[in-house]
Formats: sequence, C-alpha cells, structure tokens
Amino acid sequence: MALIINELCVNCFACEPLCPNKAIYEAKPHFLINPDLCTECLGDHDAPQCAEICPIECAIEDEYGEVLNPPGSLTGIPLQALQALHEQSVLDKAAARS
Amino acid sequence: MNVLPDHIMKKVQDHPCYSEDAHHYFARMHVAVAPACNIQCNYCNRKYDCANESRPGVVSELLTPVQAVKKTLAVAANIPQMSVLGVAGPGDPLANPERTFDTFRMLSEQAPDIKLCVSTNGLSLPDCVDELAKHNIDHVTITINCVDPEVGEKIYPWIFWQNRRIKGREAAEILIERQQKGLEMLIERGILVKVNSVMIPGVNDQHLAEVSRVVKSKGAFLHNVMPLISEPEHGTFYGLTGQRGPTQDELNDLQDACSGDMNMMRHCRQCRADAVGLLGEDRGDEFTLDKIENMEIDYAAAMVVRAELRADVIAELESKRAAKAAKQNVVSLVSLSSAPALRPVKMAVATSGGGVINQHFGHAKEFLVYEASAQGVRFLSHRKADQYCAGDTSCGDGESVLGMTIKALEGCEVVLCSKIGFEPWGMLETAGIQPNGEHAMEPIEDAIAAVYAEMQAAGKLLVQPAHQLKSA
Repeated sequence: MALIINELCVNCFACEPLCPNKAIYEAKPHFLINPDLCTECLGDHDAPQCAEICPIECAIEDEYGEVLNPPGSLTGIPLQALQALHEQSVLDKAAARS
Repeated sequence: MNVLPDHIMKKVQDHPCYSEDAHHYFARMHVAVAPACNIQCNYCNRKYDCANESRPGVVSELLTPVQAVKKTLAVAANIPQMSVLGVAGPGDPLANPERTFDTFRMLSEQAPDIKLCVSTNGLSLPDCVDELAKHNIDHVTITINCVDPEVGEKIYPWIFWQNRRIKGREAAEILIERQQKGLEMLIERGILVKVNSVMIPGVNDQHLAEVSRVVKSKGAFLHNVMPLISEPEHGTFYGLTGQRGPTQDELNDLQDACSGDMNMMRHCRQCRADAVGLLGEDRGDEFTLDKIENMEIDYAAAMVVRAELRADVIAELESKRAAKAAKQNVVSLVSLSSAPALRPVKMAVATSGGGVINQHFGHAKEFLVYEASAQGVRFLSHRKADQYCAGDTSCGDGESVLGMTIKALEGCEVVLCSKIGFEPWGMLETAGIQPNGEHAMEPIEDAIAAVYAEMQAAGKLLVQPAHQLKSA
C-alpha cells in the first residue's frame, strides 16, 4: 500500500519534511512518493501526514484512485462554484490556444 | 497624528513600507523561498503561480535559499536603493523554517547592510522567536485577522497542528493563541512587531478595532488594515462565494477608527510575494534566475555605493521632515474659515515622489488620495490606477484603462496632476471629478489647501458634492 501524488500538486514542499519514511521527493513536474517506502504513516501517525497538510483538494490518492481530500473538503467552496471555475479555466485555455 | 516615536523611526526610516516619504527613495524585494503553508485562509488560493497578478501570495518563480541569496545580491548591487529583503511566501515563512533561516543566515554574513524582514500567520511563531532574534531582523509582521475564535472560524477553514489537520472553532482557537503568544515573545525580546489585518466586510470589519486595541496593548508598533481582495477568477473561497471587499470609504473609516488606538499604515501596496523594486513597481523581470546567472557581482564595491546613497537619502529625508514640522506649526490652514459647515473633500494626486505634484495624469500608475477639511489636509490612501491583474486577455472585462482609472478615483472630487490630456479631461469632468493641472511642481499639501480654499470661495463646500449631482 502506498499513496500517490498526482498532477494537481503545486510543489509547495509542505508534505516533504513530514513524511516519516522519507518517501516523498521533489521531481518534475511535481513531487512524487516512492511506493516502496510509503506506509501511509501506519504505526507513526493517526493519519497520513502528506494528506493531512496538503492544501490542494484531490492531489493525493490511495492505490485505488480514491482521493483523500475530496473537492470542497479543504476550502469549503461549494461544488457548483468549483465546477464553474473549472469550466471557465478550460474555456480560457481553449481560447488561449486558438 | 500617525507619527512614530523617534526610536522606532530610527529603525524603520529606510524601510520603504513604513513611510510615504521613504518609499520613493528606498526599494524592497521579496524572495519566494517559502512555498509551504500550515493553515488555509479563505482569501487565499494555494495555486499561487500567476505572472499577471500582483497580490500577496503570488509568485512566478520559486527559489532555493542559495538562489535567493544570489538574487538578493544581484538586486542590491544593481538597485542601490534596495534596503530591505523580505520573505513573505507564497506560503508561510515560518512553516518553512529551514529554507527561510538558511536564506537569512547567508544574507546576514554576505550582505550585512541589508535589513531582513519576515511575515507570518503566527502559528509557528513561538517556536521560531529565538532563531529570529539571531538575525538582522528589526521587525516581524504577523497577520492577525481576529482575536475571537467565533470570527476566526469564518476566516480559517483549517490549520495543520501537531501532525493533524484541525478544522472549525478549535483551529481558530489554537491559531489565535499562538499568534498572541508569538507577539508577546517578540516584544519581550525587543523586536518590533507590525500587525497586518485583512478587512472582510461582514466577517471581521466590526471586530478589527478590538484587534487593534489588543495588539497595541501588547506592544505592536503599527497596525496595517488591508482590504480583502476577492476576485472570483482568483479561485478563493471568498471570491467564489460572493464575499465582497470593502469600499475605499469603508476602509478609510475603519483605519480612522483604529488610528485613535495606534499608528496606522495607509500606503500599503499589497505587493506580490516576489516583488522587486520601489513600492508600486515591480522589476522582477530583470532578475530572473537565468539573468542573474550571468551577472558579475562585486558586493564589496556595491556596499560602498549603497552606504553613500543611504546616507544622502536619510539626510534629505530628515531635512524634509524637519522643514515640514516647522511649517506645520505656522500654517494650519489659517486662511480657511473654521466654520463647521464646511464639508471635507477628497482629492487625488499624481506624483512620482518628492512630495510634489509632478506626474502626468496618463503616466500615473497610482494616485495618492488626501482629504481636505476645515481641520487641514491629511493623507488617506493610495489607489492603484492599473489594476493588480493586468492579464486582460484571460480575466479582464474589456473595460478601458481610463475607465478603470476613473472608477479607482471614485469619491474624489478633484484630481491634481502636472498635465492631463484632452480626452481624459472630458471623461473626468463627466464623471464629476475636476482635473487640475495648475499646481504642477507644488508641494502636495499646499496645493490641496489652495484648491480647497478656492472651492470654499466659490461656495462649493456648502452644497452637495458635484459627483452626487451629476446624474441629476
């Protein structure tokens, strides 16, 4: 078992020093977790430290692809507003490409 | 009013953030070495990288401590006015203690003529006070938005504390306790403390006078109340839930209410976390990593130049302050009638510094707003003419720059500048703002007093202000 940092990571370094197994490392384009070292903090902490401090919703997943901090769980932003923001950014990116 | 005691003035006289005078002569820079944060604020979006925005918490290039030191030396050698280096994010500097203190340690050794400053949310502050006291740090800024957890839980959705994410009232209780403890510890060690607060209408606006009272009673030397920035496109909780920022009048009123209690800071520009240069300007593009890589820096030589410049500027600032103080004793707007019926008038000024009206309206990136009344002339605030977000292709609303400038001047009845073009003249008049280019190169306060006296003579101070009549 091991957690995964996905492409939503903003490279803020917050998780890296907290990992009891030194499983988290800086990489491009974003931080990664060495699955051989990750224990999901079992035996060290009540909750996985990377997911406890990560400020970005959905950036940390478990091995089944379940996100530990689902949308709205950290910021309290209503899902509808998040959806609208996401759609706007997709439109902006499309407009920038054209 | 709003004058710092001498021993504090000595410490901050070459800090551009602390006086409307000094910021035209001294520059500051922020280095973005501290990306991690240990709390979430509802006015912050942790996706911090945007090249087009200028606001706290935003950077384009994250630096390692070694890179930050190199950049600082490069800027200090090329911009000898650079007097202060700050670590202000994009996260919390004290949530990145190793990166922040490595930077400070190297700079204390290699550039002892640069003052260091740091700002923090306060959560880790008590653990860091002893380390802070070791460096060339005159003052620390703590952002304190509340002293009451009931208010705090509406501002902070969570904190990370002792290996757990804590939400709700408990999070606010812990944060407030740590902030106050950190403030007290810094004061005990003789380090100056400035307190920043973000004014959030309906959330903490009624509460900030109490915050001001508490932090002053504990020894903070300055309280800087800043307006909430909450554009929806920034993706913050407040931005996306329709929480508005304060109007200029609401901000000024609150600053007035608090200034009875302590020295307020009215010219904060809410800079980016990687800003470089004089306040209100950003020369960060000249000092990107690839550019500083090729710069040859002779810091020993630079220090000599910097010391000379600093001595000259401080002498000039001191003579100006002395002249101003002498004058204030003589002229207290005696020419004006002190009839209580006179209403106060807000006037905007275009200036590039030196305390005189010396800027073309169209060149002004910001305006200083003063209030003239029967009691005299006082500085109220600055207003940005070009919005902090210039990325108009993706997030502008198509409004012309001139239209935005006029909007920024809302509430002002006169704008004083050295010159002004035909088209903006007409648009300003239509908006109920009288352009005035007759006082070019005159000292700001004198010119405003003269215009106020003219308005009085013309009977304009007894009736409704012009901008309220224009729609009639």
